[in-house]
Amino acid sequence: MSPDFLKLIFGRLTIESLPLHEPIVVGTFAVVATGGLVMFAGLTYFRLWSYLWREWFTSVDHKRIGIMYMILGIVMLLRGFADALMMRLQQALAFGGSEGYLNSHHYDQVFTAHGVIMIFFVAMPLVTGLMNFVVPLQIGARDVSFPFLNNFSFWMTVGGAVLVMASLFIGEFARTGWLAYPPLSNIGYSPDVGVDYYIWGLQVAGVGTTLSGINLICTIVKLRCPGMTMMKMPVFTWTSLCTNVLIVASFPVLTVVLALLSLDRYVGTNFFTNDFGGSPMMYVNLIWIWGHPEVYILVLPAFGIFSEVTSTFSGKRLFGYTSMVYATVVITILSYLVWLHHFFTMGSGASVNSFFGITTMIISIPTGAKMFNWLFTMYRGRIRYELPMLWTIAFMLTFVLGGMTGVLLAVPPADFVLHNSLFLIAHFHNVIIGGVVFGAFAGINYWFPKAFGFKLDPFWGKLSFWFWVTGFYLAFMPLYVLGLMGVTRRLRVFDDPSLQIWFVIAGIGAFLVFLGILSMLMQFAVSFLRREQLKDVTGDPWDARTLEWATSSPPPDYNFAFTPVVHDNDAWWDMKRRGYLRPLTGFKPIHMPSSTGTGIILAGFATAMGFGLIWYIWWLAAASFIAMLAVGIGHTFNYHRDFDISADDVIRAEDARTKLLAGAK
Amino acid sequence: MSRLKILALLPLAVALSGCNYVVLAPAGDIAAQQRDLVIISTVLMLLIVVPVMALTVLFAWRYRQSNTEARYEPEWDHSTSLELVIWSAPLLIIVCLGALTWMGTHLLDPYRTLGRIHADRAVDQSKAPLEVDVVALDWKWLFIYPDYGIATVNDLAAPVDRPIHFRITASSVMNSFYIPALAGQIYAMPGMETKLHAVVNHSGTYRGFSANYSGAGFSGMHFDFQGLDDKGFDAWIASAKSAGGSLGRAEYLQLEKPSQNEPVRRYGSIDSDLYRLILNMCVETGKMCQSEMMAIDAKGGLGHEGLNNTLPLAYDKYARRGTALGPEPTFVAGTCTPDAPQGKTTASITAPVDTAPLLGAGLKRPNFTPLKSSSFFLGQRPKSDS
Repeated sequence: MSPDFLKLIFGRLTIESLPLHEPIVVGTFAVVATGGLVMFAGLTYFRLWSYLWREWFTSVDHKRIGIMYMILGIVMLLRGFADALMMRLQQALAFGGSEGYLNSHHYDQVFTAHGVIMIFFVAMPLVTGLMNFVVPLQIGARDVSFPFLNNFSFWMTVGGAVLVMASLFIGEFARTGWLAYPPLSNIGYSPDVGVDYYIWGLQVAGVGTTLSGINLICTIVKLRCPGMTMMKMPVFTWTSLCTNVLIVASFPVLTVVLALLSLDRYVGTNFFTNDFGGSPMMYVNLIWIWGHPEVYILVLPAFGIFSEVTSTFSGKRLFGYTSMVYATVVITILSYLVWLHHFFTMGSGASVNSFFGITTMIISIPTGAKMFNWLFTMYRGRIRYELPMLWTIAFMLTFVLGGMTGVLLAVPPADFVLHNSLFLIAHFHNVIIGGVVFGAFAGINYWFPKAFGFKLDPFWGKLSFWFWVTGFYLAFMPLYVLGLMGVTRRLRVFDDPSLQIWFVIAGIGAFLVFLGILSMLMQFAVSFLRREQLKDVTGDPWDARTLEWATSSPPPDYNFAFTPVVHDNDAWWDMKRRGYLRPLTGFKPIHMPSSTGTGIILAGFATAMGFGLIWYIWWLAAASFIAMLAVGIGHTFNYHRDFDISADDVIRAEDARTKLLAGAK
Repeated sequence: MSRLKILALLPLAVALSGCNYVVLAPAGDIAAQQRDLVIISTVLMLLIVVPVMALTVLFAWRYRQSNTEARYEPEWDHSTSLELVIWSAPLLIIVCLGALTWMGTHLLDPYRTLGRIHADRAVDQSKAPLEVDVVALDWKWLFIYPDYGIATVNDLAAPVDRPIHFRITASSVMNSFYIPALAGQIYAMPGMETKLHAVVNHSGTYRGFSANYSGAGFSGMHFDFQGLDDKGFDAWIASAKSAGGSLGRAEYLQLEKPSQNEPVRRYGSIDSDLYRLILNMCVETGKMCQSEMMAIDAKGGLGHEGLNNTLPLAYDKYARRGTALGPEPTFVAGTCTPDAPQGKTTASITAPVDTAPLLGAGLKRPNFTPLKSSSFFLGQRPKSDS
């Protein structure tokens, strides 16, 4: 076949694009492929495909979508953490003339992929998943405002993850660092597919994130149950609202800046090139105008989780609800005024640097107030040390350290000596692991019984907790030390043998975290096997305070047979105190949205389009785009959008719950 | 305990440990002042962080469920006076820190000329500062000493207690110029110049490197910075002079090609205009210096005809492999220069693509035989009316 013809069909994808000569990658591929085949065979053998398709993939139920987000986040955590282990091993080995075991071609991809995956495909899905699952229940709604859009958003996020994962086996990933600063990321210096994978992976996922943000804002604003005024919303719902406002206001900036970069790479414009008056610094500004709010997008929901958990397990109302809400709103606004602190060292004047340094410090005031609010929620409480509360205490002790080093880095002259050093790496892992990850784990342990009807096993949970916490300190305290020795980030080899011991300690810490992750997987497995012993029939295993605990565990498709009416902040606590009686009669049919496969099909075409654009397979990109339009338009002719759960079905579900509750007493 | 660990990071540890906490024990006055700010800010914040951590542990222990003696007030959720304290305590700290930041940032602005060379010594006005031009290349550092007419690769030296004035740029991608013992870092960016003023107070050899990832050879992009006494510095200059070799435009174009783990190199003589050309990205013949382009733009620019005159402005060093979509680039293949008043075709371009005559402030009409015009992106260019 002529090369021109092959090029027409396959673009720049050739047999050489497959990393067949890389033993590590081939080995990984073998493991992943075997695992995939086993899973595929198992699903086929047990005839689960149609069940999965019907009940999960095409489901528009916010609870199922939330759970699928969590699964995506945990699966991608394994990939992102494998990257972390590889980096720690390389840096612990590459001393005294040793090159370690990764060449720069690999190592540079590994640290880029680690950052991208952990932020976009671990932290974001975990946070979005929890918001999706919990928010409609907390506000007494039956679903989100736009259930189909929710399903579509989820599958777009998956599409982005698929593209990033594909780069492992087909071609390569970016070698630019997780924010892909030009000129390095421009076509002149990164002509390969790596940066294109980065761009299209994030663009596809970004559509999902933005739409999901719009959806949740609308849900919180419009679907609250009667009586739930803004100042009676649970704090997690408040932080979710602020987070989604941040998403809707900042993700378009990311979309635009990546679009401009792709124009540079695809059609030869000069937004961020050295040529023709392009300005790479403009990219740095734009990406951080998205990037800084992104940090708060991740951590605000975690703050919400800690608020719910502290109040529930201290058996007390949340201290300073009003100031908690205002603190959240202030953080939301201020998070747009600090982006320049990520590049004080690019030569801005002293006044500009001071302005952004001081606005950054000001954020620590509402954050500090939140910390005190949790503290005084514990004060004069009766604290039960269940797993979610353990994670919360670990968070409070860890996060203040990360916050302190963060404020330190906000002092420009201090940043001049610490910027891009391992001190910085230690700082942001300190706040992201100590804040977002601990928060997600607290949330998982807290809401798991709500989602599945049984608690998570405490033994393996505690094991995982201790491995994670000690592992975190062992892995990152040495990096603070190394930063003060002037060691910078992203180095692959080192000369100074005195540094090695610190990297070895950090590597041991990473290994402990690895054991923590394994324990967590064990926790899921063991809990599933022991689900009868761990069963919760009450729907309220923690004696909790907010509305999601008023319904059964797992909640019925329709969440609440009757829309609750709220009189107090801690609505469910208030209902319990006033001797609320569950209605047993008078059920009516419930109007619900229908499942649809359109979301997954659209996202599939979007992913194919991304793949076509990455490899210059123009026919594939064009055909997928046209297919997306066709499916999208076709979906507008789908008139089977909703159905009614018959009163009989509601009665049956509610009667079953009545029996369960009676048995529990 | 992690808190103790952080405390232990403070200078105490410097004395106790064999490790080199260069950020906490630098050799230059600027870095020392930056270190002071790091420590003062940390101590200020510990004023609130330590009580918070202590209270967390205390409350977590005291109000545990099994301790039935502790008071339990499930409905207590508000206290105005307590709210005042929890908002104002961090506020006070931040007011102090903010003031410190404002002053420190202005005092330690890398663009600001030094007011002192040490805590107790003012700048000796009789000595001119040492001028050093820094260029981050792929993946090595070029240092040009304009006053001495020498240049080095991956080797930097300065006399003790004499202010140094760095002008910093890069050839292709972003790097960050950082010698922790001397002063904080500043980015090195192509086509842009950053500045750094610093002074070294103790003689010795210190490590310098790029602090911003710049590609495959990034790990090897480090150099030794030597603080020398005056005599030692003169000897160092003399040895560089005697090293021979000269760094002109042609040698620079060779040097800037990507290479990793470069050994030290010295050049006894340099093209005195080289740094300006590097900064303006016009070392290669045929490239228009950015400063010239800016001057043209300041006079109103080249108008639509300027769209064709693109070759002199294509600065990116590696051969662009072409973008996937979009037009073939169109070029003016040559311009009149004092060397070649009739216009000279640069070697890499075989034929001019566009026919429209070139006009613009300060530009003469080039002397070409037009071939043909085609560009589907821009379409047929309008004929110029002159």
